[in-house]
Amino acid sequence: MKKDIILSGVGGQGILTIATIIGDAAAVAGLYLKQAEVHGMSQRGGDVQSNLRLSTETIYSDLIKEGGADLIISMEPMEALRYLPYLHKDGTVITSSHPFRNIPDYPELEKIDEELASLPHSVSLPIEDMAAEINLPKSANVILLGMAAKYIEILSPEQLRESIKRIFAPKGEQMVESNLKAFDYGFNSVK
Amino acid sequence: MEETRLLLGDEAIALGAVHAGISGVYAYPGTPSTEITEFIQTFSPQVRSRWCTNEKTAMEAALGMSFAGKRALVCMKHVGMNVAADAFVNSAITGVNGGLVVVAADDPSMHSSQNEQDSRFYGNFAMIPILEPSSQQEVYGMMKYAFELSERVKLPVLLRIVTRLAHSRAGVRITDAIAQNPLNPSNERSNWVLLPGNAKKQYASLVKKQDLLKLESENSPYNIDTDFEKSGQGIIACGIAFNYVMENDPTVPVLKISQYPLPEATIKEFARRCSSILVAEDGQPVVENLVKGILGNGYPVKGRLTGDLPRMGELTPDNVGAAMGIVQEKSFSTSENVMPRPPALCQGCGHRDVYNALNEILKGYEGARIFGDIGCYTLGALPPFRAIDSCVDMGASITMAKGAADAGVFPAVAIIGDSTFTHSGMTGLLDAVNDNANITVVISDNLTTAMTGGQDSAGTSKFEAICIALGVEPEHVRVVVPIAKNMEEITRTIKEEIEYKGVSVIIPRRECIQTLNRKLRKKRAAQQ
Repeated sequence: MKKDIILSGVGGQGILTIATIIGDAAAVAGLYLKQAEVHGMSQRGGDVQSNLRLSTETIYSDLIKEGGADLIISMEPMEALRYLPYLHKDGTVITSSHPFRNIPDYPELEKIDEELASLPHSVSLPIEDMAAEINLPKSANVILLGMAAKYIEILSPEQLRESIKRIFAPKGEQMVESNLKAFDYGFNSVK
Repeated sequence: MEETRLLLGDEAIALGAVHAGISGVYAYPGTPSTEITEFIQTFSPQVRSRWCTNEKTAMEAALGMSFAGKRALVCMKHVGMNVAADAFVNSAITGVNGGLVVVAADDPSMHSSQNEQDSRFYGNFAMIPILEPSSQQEVYGMMKYAFELSERVKLPVLLRIVTRLAHSRAGVRITDAIAQNPLNPSNERSNWVLLPGNAKKQYASLVKKQDLLKLESENSPYNIDTDFEKSGQGIIACGIAFNYVMENDPTVPVLKISQYPLPEATIKEFARRCSSILVAEDGQPVVENLVKGILGNGYPVKGRLTGDLPRMGELTPDNVGAAMGIVQEKSFSTSENVMPRPPALCQGCGHRDVYNALNEILKGYEGARIFGDIGCYTLGALPPFRAIDSCVDMGASITMAKGAADAGVFPAVAIIGDSTFTHSGMTGLLDAVNDNANITVVISDNLTTAMTGGQDSAGTSKFEAICIALGVEPEHVRVVVPIAKNMEEITRTIKEEIEYKGVSVIIPRRECIQTLNRKLRKKRAAQQ
């Protein structure tokens, strides 16, 4: 079994935290993993992505092939669309519906929403509003991970929860609790 | 001890080098190489690891450690090799005492660079062994091998990696560490004093060693010829290209190359079993050209030069698959609702205030040109600032401004960051002072090497002293604080110094917003 995931967003939105949680869960589960990240100049408010590959077999390429990604998990709706050529025809897009407008020519949001809705499998939710609702404005990325948890399959939601506990443990019990809460909120908001 | 850790390629190099018993790592930050040294600084206090002023000082310090009998690692991005080149090439002439490994991190596709030069040219040029790993696990083990090889052949070894290996994470099985070498300084003065008489002997010995180096490559555990039963168009896959070939399930013979100089006998034997050869290599067509020479006229060799692979840009599983004749089913086409989202200076960054002031003042000077440099502030080239007219190499802002001023450009303004100034700007400033060039130099000091993530900057708290010592008149070394409420003072200062006929330096100084926020977060966490 294998799962190829593209994580996307804008520099500073926290996609590497999502990658770290999934990566840790995969390592503990004994899966093979490759995770290509973007460092350097593009982190300054530009588009960022990470190719995350999980498998029960040896993985060769650090990069996912076009048409090969099972999942796109995105912190930003336009950034989700940027990687569509990499999505498998039966793949799923899980994205925040909240636009991050730091460019003058950001497209009309309606068109982005339409295109997302036209995909065979997509879930789009206002994760930032959701995070504010439960008073955890900095945990939108973990809500998104919760939304994606059902689709990751090669790791169970419980394995991801255990990983959240390990990753946030050094930052204190309260951080663990609030991130688990965010994860569960995201998980339960997707049918 | 058997343990698996999730490591970036850079971190696997760092840990591999520490476990190979290095006593020092010498480096200047540069994407995608920075994390190697950072990892050692964080986890290996027994290894000397302070950031160097530039890649040349790093290379020389490492050579000194090698002279003293200990193992040393040097790390840099590919363009850093240009800066280190004098020391690098001559270290092949002196040879080494303790093992010496130079890591050059190439950036095909220029994700964070101004060119995609291939460091294997430097290795071939210096006539030393090159290692080119394909995976995080391989490079971890390769570090011990590299240091042993260096001590065995008495030469520095170049380890060439690319961005996708440097910045990709995978599980790595860790093995035992070995102890550092004892102090054992070389007494072979004639090896190290490169007067022409000695240098000729040393160069002759380097030339003579080439057969030995080829033999090392023929027998290398990293050059792997498999699939002896297959035939057809064979593939020579170098370093990370091996992964992209394997991802496409090859049904033809594959020769993996991860050690140079090229194993000619192995390649000839491989070619005999194949009808033609596709060379898959990330970066420039180095091996493709060499293989053509090895196999001679008439043998069909394909690659980047024949258009089977793109001439520029990094390899991907897609373009390698296409070169292998694999037709990929398309899924979704490129969305029309996606716009480019280039990086930008952070909100609250001091460079923003500097560019606002420069743009404001220079509106009044029709002939003004601003010569930029390498760092976050290069983003001043993009909207809304569109403030710089050039960005070429580390330190070029000052020297290009001087040359342009010599030609009659006025005002000729240089803008350079604090770390870039100590890296390669100081010598140019001395040129300008000695020739009394009419230039205005802005050293935008954010107290860190920001672009690469906030490493220490070599000149912090020394800039006024450096500029005055280089001969800039003390009254024309001006310090301002770049915040919006000081705009009147900043613009007035810039205007005064532009009007001064001679070299003046303005130092807008305010801490990088990223390192400041990081410190505040740490402080808050400590208080909780």
